[in-house]
Amino acid sequence: MLEIEEKLQTELARGIEALQSVAKVESLEAWKGEFLGKSSLVMQVFGSMGKLAKEERPLIGKAVNQVKVGLEAALAEKEEGVKAASQQEAFTKETLDVTLPGRKPRRGRIHPLHLTLRQIYQIFGDMGFQIYRSPEVETDDFNFTYLNMPPYHPARDMWDTFYTDKEGVVLRTHTSPGQVHVMRERAPENIRVILPGTTMRYEQLTARSEIEFIQVELLVVGKGITFADMRGTLNDFARRTFGENARTRLRPSFFPFTEPSAELDVECFVCDGEGCGVCKGTGWLEILGCGMVHPTVLRYGGYDPDVYSGFAAGMGIDRSTLMRYHIDDIRHFRNNDIRFLEQF
Amino acid sequence: MKAPLSWIKDYIDLDGIGIEELANILTSVGLEVENVLLVGVEKPEGKLKNKYAGLSWDKEKFVVAEVVEVNQHPNADRLTLCELNDGTGIATVLTGAPNMFPWLGKGRLEQPLKVAYAREGAMLYDGHQPGQVVTKLKKTTIRGVDSRSMICSEKELGISEEHEGVIELDADAPVGMPLVDYMGDVVYEVAILPNMARDASILGIARELSAVLGRPLRLPEGISLHKGGAIAEKVGLEVRDAELNPRFMLGMVEGTQARKSPYWVQRRLSLAGMRPIDALVDATNYTMLEIGQPLHAFDYDLLQERAGGKPTIITRTACEGEKITLLDGSEPKLDSQIELVTDTAGPLSIAGVMGGGETGVHAGTRNLLIESANWNFINLRKTLSKTRINSEAGYRFSRDVHPALAETALALCLKRVQEWGGGEVVQGVLDNYGKPYEDTVNRLSEQTILEVIGQEISLEESTQILERLGFSCWMEGDELVAKSPATRTDIETGTIGQRNLIEEIARTYGYERIAAKRLGDELPPQVGNPKLEAEERIRDILVSIGLQDTLAYRQTSPEREARIYVGRKAPEAMAYVRLKNPITPERTAMRRSAMATMLELLEYNAKFRPGLAMFELGPVFLPVEGEVLPHEALRLSIGLTGAWDVASWDRAQSPAMDFFDLKGVVEALLDGLHLEGVKFQATSHPSFHPGKCAEVRVGEEVLGVMGELHPQVKKNYTFGQDPVLVAEFDGETLVRLSNAVFTNKAISSYPAMVEDIALIVDESLPADDLEALIWQAGGKLLVDVKLFDVYRDAKLGEGKKSLAYQLTYQAFDRTLNDKDALNIRNRIVKQTKNVFGAVLRSS
Repeated sequence: MLEIEEKLQTELARGIEALQSVAKVESLEAWKGEFLGKSSLVMQVFGSMGKLAKEERPLIGKAVNQVKVGLEAALAEKEEGVKAASQQEAFTKETLDVTLPGRKPRRGRIHPLHLTLRQIYQIFGDMGFQIYRSPEVETDDFNFTYLNMPPYHPARDMWDTFYTDKEGVVLRTHTSPGQVHVMRERAPENIRVILPGTTMRYEQLTARSEIEFIQVELLVVGKGITFADMRGTLNDFARRTFGENARTRLRPSFFPFTEPSAELDVECFVCDGEGCGVCKGTGWLEILGCGMVHPTVLRYGGYDPDVYSGFAAGMGIDRSTLMRYHIDDIRHFRNNDIRFLEQF
Repeated sequence: MKAPLSWIKDYIDLDGIGIEELANILTSVGLEVENVLLVGVEKPEGKLKNKYAGLSWDKEKFVVAEVVEVNQHPNADRLTLCELNDGTGIATVLTGAPNMFPWLGKGRLEQPLKVAYAREGAMLYDGHQPGQVVTKLKKTTIRGVDSRSMICSEKELGISEEHEGVIELDADAPVGMPLVDYMGDVVYEVAILPNMARDASILGIARELSAVLGRPLRLPEGISLHKGGAIAEKVGLEVRDAELNPRFMLGMVEGTQARKSPYWVQRRLSLAGMRPIDALVDATNYTMLEIGQPLHAFDYDLLQERAGGKPTIITRTACEGEKITLLDGSEPKLDSQIELVTDTAGPLSIAGVMGGGETGVHAGTRNLLIESANWNFINLRKTLSKTRINSEAGYRFSRDVHPALAETALALCLKRVQEWGGGEVVQGVLDNYGKPYEDTVNRLSEQTILEVIGQEISLEESTQILERLGFSCWMEGDELVAKSPATRTDIETGTIGQRNLIEEIARTYGYERIAAKRLGDELPPQVGNPKLEAEERIRDILVSIGLQDTLAYRQTSPEREARIYVGRKAPEAMAYVRLKNPITPERTAMRRSAMATMLELLEYNAKFRPGLAMFELGPVFLPVEGEVLPHEALRLSIGLTGAWDVASWDRAQSPAMDFFDLKGVVEALLDGLHLEGVKFQATSHPSFHPGKCAEVRVGEEVLGVMGELHPQVKKNYTFGQDPVLVAEFDGETLVRLSNAVFTNKAISSYPAMVEDIALIVDESLPADDLEALIWQAGGKLLVDVKLFDVYRDAKLGEGKKSLAYQLTYQAFDRTLNDKDALNIRNRIVKQTKNVFGAVLRSS
């Protein structure tokens, strides 16, 4: 073996060994200069190839190339390791406490009663109901008389009414006046509408009772509409609102503008029907009043009760929304306390 | 209506029906059971564990006993020691009950006193504490005498609030019998629907049960009545107006006594919620609760005294200036609408409502005149709403009572007075039945029932139901003919009468037995509701920006709304929809101003959060001259105050919002609604800062006004330092001009060129005008103009400002070059110079 070959072998061993202790990108650069730079042995040997004897050239050339490839391979391997380590170091430095709170963007919310309304629009929309609205300040005629309550009718006692300083003008106590409005507008077409809106009653303001609240009324008018249709429609509504397995009960009731009249109860979902504070011990929650439209109301609406029939139903959504979210005070809805609204 | 089960059972056999089952049956026919009171009986098994109130009496601890001797307590004047036999032996029981004192020192009693006796360990209500506190009876020593057991009052047993004395049971009560077996009961508190006032009576409830259970009804029997006779010599009767007083009957008992009723009567009255008084008054109340016909009793001798001989009862309306003092001491104002029962000396009672204090039953009453009458319910309602009197009689008469009941009630009442108070019934009755009631007759076919109910119910079954409810039924051809019973007036005729009958059939048949079907009729013509859709779009846009949706009270007061003006004074008189009967002085009228609502919301919430951004969409109520109803105008209000972004743990809070935050929200909303040609114009408004207020317009139409609240107005509220920003829009216009559909702009696939330009103009030139001209001069290759800086400096010259814009150029068919850009830029510079004298600011 030539002396130069020996030298090169030593250089390779020295280089690999020196590489062992290199840990940083900077030291890696220094190592590169020493073993693969211009003044390194390997490069010097390459540079002096021309001076070598012709027969020596392939031999030396092969040897120096082997050493160069060896050094380069070792370098490549080392480089990868060093870079990975330095990246790891950076990651460690950049590591966050992910449990720190996020920056909250401002988020707007729909008012809870409007959420409930939208849900009702959706359910009845699926069943082919349109939406019809009518005034909140009403005439006595529309609020009572056309709904089969002439002056001094006992049923007028069912609602505590706000009267205005104008004779014959009241704040509507229910959305039912809309029934006559929509009938007069649509007669003699079939009707399938919901009538949502704010209604007002003279009641004490407490955690459980309000002077203003939102009702949604249902009205179906056509030929051959029956009590059985009403029961089916309302059961479908109850199941979509309270769940597929919700138990309902329909019991007789009285409204002057329907006959027969009924009330739909759903089994209390708080106590599963065992009786609790929410259902006042009865096991049932009243969700809506309903009935077959009274012949007198059909007549006031412009429909002949011997040809047409219909059903109506009305529900207060404030109370059902209270129950749905376990809200403790009905006044929250119109006090608009931000701490309350923000939870939706 | 409180209905004791024991009383219902007088009229119908309810064997085999559990306590809870009966409650469910009552509810299913329309008599909703609101509460169930257990009187001594054990809480039943069943699902409803929390529905029941009341006390159960342990059979070992509560028994019937008899007091055989009453002696003085050796060390206390106010206590007695009763020798008592409870069936197992004699015990000494200590009591302070005043009704034991009459027997004190009488030795062995000839007629032992039957009492309700509680032994040591009994659980009962504490008689000395208010309300119902359960306590265990324990041995105590009172003034040297041991006490282990007790003679009970009604309060201690949970029958009533009565704790004045102990219960004195009827003489036939079997000594030693467990008390619950002797008088345990269940009281159903039933809600009476307005059209079922006939069931505000025990018999009415029993009749409903008879119909639904198919069990026979046992009617109570009174004495037999004969018109005229001896009574005609005792008293005269004159009815002035049969319309107001369709029927008036009088009966009389002589030599009776206002003594205590039998205990079972007192107990039933107590459980039904009426206070027992004496045998005579109790007889009228008992009969009213039994069949629903109110009665009134007069002391005959007092009437005779007033008349100075044979009295005459006259029913008539009140005369001007007439006065009456009622049993409850009140003196309601009388007028010519109010119907009275009078004699020749003046008013005796307000007809059908309440008797006068002067001529009623008293302890010394011996001769009793009983009124059983019928009154026009509509006139009576007017009387009630005027006088605001609450009475059991008024409640029933104002819901219309069938005149036939007057006769039934009088027969029953006379019998009871005689049984409980003693005396002799004077022969005959007076009966002025000036306006006989004709019971309605209706026809019904199976088809009609099917058309309303949607399910076949046979005429046979319908007939059974109606007959049990008291109707007389027969068939004529295919039709069922039903004559209404002489106990109810709610069944009309014609289509409505048929409906009335169908309701009776359906509710008794059971609503739960009627099939549930889906609507199968043809869908109506499809009509959308674009206004509602636009409203919901407005909500969604504002919520997506980060604003909170709210819901406003409609009722407010003019004073509250005046707060939006300097000095709390509206610039002109405002017409309001005012309430005749406001619930509070805070809410006396319907709101006119959405801005006032929004300011109240901001004021209320400002203390809870460092920044608020809210909106409200709802109507205001504007009276219109010559119109009956106000215009309900839709308004949108937006309110901002404080910081938009709150501080986080490493980032400071954003600065307080100002005019341009509000404008940004408004622009985003209008952009979202795709309104075209929106303009903001400086304007003045009494509620806003004179220099920070803009009107929002589209062409000639004003959408609304927005700005920073006037500092003087702000003082009317409790706000902090931060500006308060409010916008109020006319919702109708907003909705009308908004576009659900718009033309989407194409996006060029060629690169855009961006360059900046700064123009020096007069301070007074609105930025909007300059920008409009830039757009116009730029031509179709100018695709975006964005103001990024407004700069003022003395170097620019007095009254000058520099507006810096970022301009974007882009073509759809090629990549623009520097020459294109230069051309556009030159046009802009030239035209803005020509029109506004703008000078290009060299960088």
